[in-house]
Amino acid sequence: MAGSAQLLPGTLDVLILKAVSLGPLHGYGILLRIGQISHGALLVEQGALYPALFRLVRQGLLETKWGTSENNRRAKFYELTVPGRKRLGEETESWNRLVAAMALALRARPEGA
Amino acid sequence: MSMLAYLRSLTFRFLHRDALERELEDELRSHVLHRADDLERAGLDRAAAERQARVEFGGHARFKEEARDALAGGLLETFFRDLRFSVRQLRKSPSFTVVAIVTLAVAIGANAVVFSAINGFILRPLGLPNEETLLTIERASDRLAGESYLNYIDLRDRTRGFDGLAAFIANQAWFDAGGGSPSRAWVYEVSGNYFDVLGLQPYLGRFFHASDEHGPGSAPYVVLTYASWRTHFLGDRRVIGRTVELSRHPFTIIGVAPPGFHGTVLVYTTDFFVPLVEQPQLGATSLLDVRGNRWLAVFGRRKGGLTNAQAVADLNAVGAQLKASYPKDNDKMSFVLSRSTLGGDAFEQPVHAFVIGLMVLATLILLAVCANLGSLFAARAADRSREVALRLALGAGSGRILRQLFSEAVLISLVGGAIGLWGSVLLLDWLATWRPFPEFAVILPIEPDARVYLVALLLSVASGFLFGAGPVRQVLRTDPYQILKSGSVNPVSRRLALRDVLLALQIAICAVLVTSSLVAVRGLERSLRGNFGIDAHHVLLVDTDLATSGYTPDRMVAMQQRMADAMRTIPGVAAVGMVAQTPPMHLGWNNSNVFSDDVADLRPGNASGDAIRYSVSPDYFQAAGTALLAGRAFTLHDDQHAPRVAVVNQTFARKVFGSPDRAVGHFFKLPGGDRIEVVGIAEDGKYTANLAEEPQLAMFFPLRQVPSSETWIVIRSPRDAEELSAAVRATLRALDPGLPVSVETWTSDMSGALFPARAAAVALGILGAMGAIVAITGIFGTAAYSLSKHLKDLGIRRALGAGELDVIRAAVGRALRLLAVGSLAGLVLGIFASRVLGSIVYEATPRDPVVLIAAVFAMFLVGLVATWVPARRALSVDPLMLMREQ
Repeated sequence: MAGSAQLLPGTLDVLILKAVSLGPLHGYGILLRIGQISHGALLVEQGALYPALFRLVRQGLLETKWGTSENNRRAKFYELTVPGRKRLGEETESWNRLVAAMALALRARPEGA
Repeated sequence: MSMLAYLRSLTFRFLHRDALERELEDELRSHVLHRADDLERAGLDRAAAERQARVEFGGHARFKEEARDALAGGLLETFFRDLRFSVRQLRKSPSFTVVAIVTLAVAIGANAVVFSAINGFILRPLGLPNEETLLTIERASDRLAGESYLNYIDLRDRTRGFDGLAAFIANQAWFDAGGGSPSRAWVYEVSGNYFDVLGLQPYLGRFFHASDEHGPGSAPYVVLTYASWRTHFLGDRRVIGRTVELSRHPFTIIGVAPPGFHGTVLVYTTDFFVPLVEQPQLGATSLLDVRGNRWLAVFGRRKGGLTNAQAVADLNAVGAQLKASYPKDNDKMSFVLSRSTLGGDAFEQPVHAFVIGLMVLATLILLAVCANLGSLFAARAADRSREVALRLALGAGSGRILRQLFSEAVLISLVGGAIGLWGSVLLLDWLATWRPFPEFAVILPIEPDARVYLVALLLSVASGFLFGAGPVRQVLRTDPYQILKSGSVNPVSRRLALRDVLLALQIAICAVLVTSSLVAVRGLERSLRGNFGIDAHHVLLVDTDLATSGYTPDRMVAMQQRMADAMRTIPGVAAVGMVAQTPPMHLGWNNSNVFSDDVADLRPGNASGDAIRYSVSPDYFQAAGTALLAGRAFTLHDDQHAPRVAVVNQTFARKVFGSPDRAVGHFFKLPGGDRIEVVGIAEDGKYTANLAEEPQLAMFFPLRQVPSSETWIVIRSPRDAEELSAAVRATLRALDPGLPVSVETWTSDMSGALFPARAAAVALGILGAMGAIVAITGIFGTAAYSLSKHLKDLGIRRALGAGELDVIRAAVGRALRLLAVGSLAGLVLGIFASRVLGSIVYEATPRDPVVLIAAVFAMFLVGLVATWVPARRALSVDPLMLMREQ
């Protein structure tokens, strides 16, 4: 897949929160959603998703519910909690600041060039 | 998440472990199926799609593991998981597990017991309010607490450094609750302000105070200890106001002391507290008006804001005044303050040194056990290297594996620690209620408390980590590829391995223990066979108290004579003597300064020595088995009308007269100025309850010249002690039915004096035996393990015609070499360590050839026992069988 980027450490959590913020999703659905919203640029290793999910549940940022998927299969759905939504806001903001700062830094040119 | 919610989810997860596991499995399967659905839509057939989906998902087990970690999260839960795995692992090798747990239980139990002693003797002495400002006043000269009553009164009234000085003395009295049959009881005679200085509140009723005292005999009140209230009065609250008799004098019960308070000497308990001013009522001899006799223990509550140095300076100023005012009675009076609860640092320090010494030894045992288990764990890890390698290859982190190994170690140590603590608590509870000698009211202040439990827990965890660390290096260096490929453990290394160092260390530690316990046991054996200057076997001591039974001084001598005569009529009695006020080797003694005949100024500084004094009947020396080396014993003519005479011991003769030959027929002086002629020389002996005492001066006066109401009858007879005591009681009852009498064999009376040495020897003996056992298990473990590794090698040697000796050398030579090195180091260390023993165990010296030979022999035996089985197995190796096996 052309144009795919390596996930930075620590970014998976915020991506999951973002994906789930658009509506309850099951695990595989989250993978697809991340691919979709990043236009296929960000790839998540399938198995690596679950430890991250459980961590978020344990932190109280996500909550789970068993239900039936669009494929008519049993699946566990993840949903954002109130603290989760708050966390997503904070993470997004701090990410934006970081990106802006990085961009600024990388645009810098030698004096007088 | 709140703590509560976290705990709730933790409990839920812990309880519903299987449900969670299933759910995780379901979720991962659902994921794979969804992916397969997509792949199927992309054109694959169902079977291929599912296979592809599974492959894409990757290391199923690893993700599950990580997911579980994330799910568990909490350290506690991970720990529980490791624990479950550990239990499974340990179940696979039950004998290893049992041995490890048992040795640890013994070692940690020993530490808990010894720590309780430290706790009881050093850390939490009496458990009184603000105990740090309660200070015992000792003389700087001998570090003993002891003042006369008159000096105490002056100190109390003149010193300004204390919020009250209190004094006490433990004494015996005959107690009668009203039934008419008096029994021996312990009484603390205390100053009126005693309870107020201590800051205690009564459990029931009231305490007496300084304001209750108005001179001798003015305060006939008694305060019960909580324990005696329970035993003598069954906890009856109406007991306040009742009158009881102590030594035939009425006393009113006014209060009960709080539970747990048993007086201010750590190792004694008492039944009653009475005001010191009642002393004349309790016994015939009152010391209240004697200034020169140091018999009262004095302590004070230091004033807030003062330092010890300031308080001492003030006391010393008063002491200087007292010396100037009463030069005949008072020597140099300079003081030291201490926290001693054993009657002065002179007693306290050896005890502290001893319990700390025990703690060091117990810690050494634990270290030896850790070294032992560490090497066993390392061996186990080496045997499990294939398993470890496999797990590493399958993606387990080495951290995870180490955590696992540590969990096993800590699990073992916790279980061992719990069992050890349980055992030690049983032992301690028994010891705490144990009365080694009922007549001395000795108690061991070693009940376990929270601090003991905490220390046991810490020691368990710490030792778990210590021996768990054995295999760490090994695991970290494991190369899974190598091991899986070759199928063998690391090749036999010839250089010094960690395991060898651990074993040598362990043996050295054990040799220290064996040496010191042998030193102690040998010391005890000597002290029991030592020359006490008496022959206590086949002797009964009969304790009577004529004064409290209403005998006036003039009737007393006649009655004593009648008692002695009556004893002689009992069949089988060889000799009957009398001694006052206490026989040798009893707790408590009387002493006085003695002077050369040519000294005119009889102040304490000019004394030739301080001699222990006895009043004895003519036949005493024969009855007690004390040899007279020169001169004569007393006769019935040595009475008030005859010149004063005395028999002295050899040390007395040497110190006062220069040599024994010059003593007989010569005179010495007592502080009162009496000139006394020496008529005989008795052999030296032991007189105080301290076996380690320096040779003491002793003098014996004729009972008729120095009468006493408190006499002991000494009866020598080959007859059975039980039978004879019944006859003695009957005979005395016929003389006077109301006379209080206690009959005991002299050997059992002496057990009070021998107790410290015996206790020390038993404690050290047990530690030494434990050390030997640990050494045996360690050497055995190492030898057996190395044998199991070299069995094939040995088989080949056998097949090639090696002799038995060669095989044995190959099998256990290494272990024996380590034994030799370790023992040598341990012996040297042990000799240094045993120095401290000399201070408490009579005649304990490590430079005793018997001890050295015994120690070497003991270690040799240890080696023999430990290598016997492995060596036998090595010899019975059947080469053919072995060759066929592989």
